[in-house]
Amino acid sequence: MLLTPEDITAIWLSLKVALTATLLSLPFGFATAWLLVFKTLRGKVVLEVLVNLPLTLPPVVIGYFLLLLLGKNGWLGKALAETGIQLIFTWKAAVIASAVVGFPLLVRSIRLGMESIDKQLIAASRTLGASWYDSLFTIILPLSLRGIVAGSSLMFARSLGEFGATIIVAGNMPGRTQTIPLAIYDYTSSPSSTAMALSLCMVSVVISVAVLLLHEMLGRKLDRSSAS
Amino acid sequence: MRLQLNLKKQFGSFFLKMDADISGERIGIFGDSGSGKSSIVNLVAGLLQPDKGEIFLDGEALFSSRDHLNISPEKRRIAIVLQQAMLFPHLSVKNNLLYGYRRCAEQHRKIKPDALIDLLKLEPLLHRGVNYLSGGEKQRVALGRAVLANPRLLLMDEPLSALDDKLRYQIIPYLRSVSEEFRIPYLFISHSVNEMQLMTEQILVVNGGALIEVTTPERLARNRMAQSQGGYLNLLHLADPVNQHGLFACRWGKNTLLVSTGANCSEKSLFELSSREIILFKKHPEAISARNLLECTVEEMFNSGGRIGIVLSADGEKLIAEIVQSAADELNITPGSPLFAAIKASSFRRLG
Repeated sequence: MLLTPEDITAIWLSLKVALTATLLSLPFGFATAWLLVFKTLRGKVVLEVLVNLPLTLPPVVIGYFLLLLLGKNGWLGKALAETGIQLIFTWKAAVIASAVVGFPLLVRSIRLGMESIDKQLIAASRTLGASWYDSLFTIILPLSLRGIVAGSSLMFARSLGEFGATIIVAGNMPGRTQTIPLAIYDYTSSPSSTAMALSLCMVSVVISVAVLLLHEMLGRKLDRSSAS
Repeated sequence: MRLQLNLKKQFGSFFLKMDADISGERIGIFGDSGSGKSSIVNLVAGLLQPDKGEIFLDGEALFSSRDHLNISPEKRRIAIVLQQAMLFPHLSVKNNLLYGYRRCAEQHRKIKPDALIDLLKLEPLLHRGVNYLSGGEKQRVALGRAVLANPRLLLMDEPLSALDDKLRYQIIPYLRSVSEEFRIPYLFISHSVNEMQLMTEQILVVNGGALIEVTTPERLARNRMAQSQGGYLNLLHLADPVNQHGLFACRWGKNTLLVSTGANCSEKSLFELSSREIILFKKHPEAISARNLLECTVEEMFNSGGRIGIVLSADGEKLIAEIVQSAADELNITPGSPLFAAIKASSFRRLG
């Protein structure tokens, strides 16, 4: 294994970005899935399309939109700049890019989990004196836990591989915003670095396998506890 | 308990229109599937809102479209028991039972968990996961969970329909004892005449989303004797069982009846006997295998869907037998005529 200090930073940065993006998206993903499954809304189709759009749009396009929005002249970027926050070309921009790209995957999984909950269970909890938010936290949340775990793993994995949107909003600065895929991209453009690229690829494989194993383990644990 | 409904609700092409004012503790809603019974449950519980109208419980408005009032389900204190037990799969039996109790305000907690667990014999199930319970056990836990929420009204929507016959008769005594012991008024929804006879005092008959009539279980059972699965159900209070060669001799008014299921009977128990299990004789049959032969007088006769219901009096106790027209003609039965009724000891089913 050949890993330069910059590669090690890239690995840590990748993990940090993926984890932050997933944790940040979880409450929003849960809320969005809940809205889509349990609420009758006007304009639900619009919400549905918006949530799923990042799944079908090329990541580069998303990155470009984010750049327009968060950049110096973007309306959100301007407002943030006034409060002294700069997002573009920092690791935080990579988090936002990963969050947007992975969001539909998270929502889809949580939604599947929620759709499998019998509506009569929720009705029963309401007639037993639980308000809607009580029911949300004591019935819906625990019963969609499997979907939440699946969605989080998927999103974490997707974030690890995020390239297109990230390179546009966060750039490719070794040691600062360079994640594993960006580092590998750099290595592949110089013919002498095949071994270096391969090392990072191996690291990617190890992390991915670990995520899948963790997902399986958590899933089984949940199955066991719900069957006891 | 007084329930006033005056409402309209459209579901696609189905239109529900209800105008009823009923008082009582044990009220039945009877109708075929698709008649709108379950919609009434959901409207009263607050899980659905009427398009227009009002719902009052004991004079208190639960819903009023005129006043833009809609009390949310958790504030109505109306618990439901559904066809499926709908236990929370991620909670233990104990936590299922206490779900409503924990959310019930202190001043309303009249029914305590210990008393209920005793009555429904739930102690051995408490620490089990709900997925390891049988259908009957699940339904018992669901009933306990609803009762422990200390509701002012209990809605039972076909609570016995998903159970097989054997289990159904195991649950009925629990349903009856819970309502008697804790005095919770209920609405019992079912398409079974027999269950109506067992569980209710007054019945709303609904069909096609409208109220057809308000009747009593007795009248309903007589009207529907021919179509109903078990015919007309005679409910007998039998007392003081004495073991006699494996059968139990019980007192029924001034008569003595031999029944085959009397073990663990308390002093007084309720039994049911289908109108179809009674064989009538004009003269005393010399020797028969049926263990009960009662000398009766015909009090009254009624026609129900081509069958003839014979109301018999056996030493002051009433019994209804069901025969076909040709049998009535052959035996030349008229009010006042004496008859012998033969009943097998195994025809009695114990209800509690």
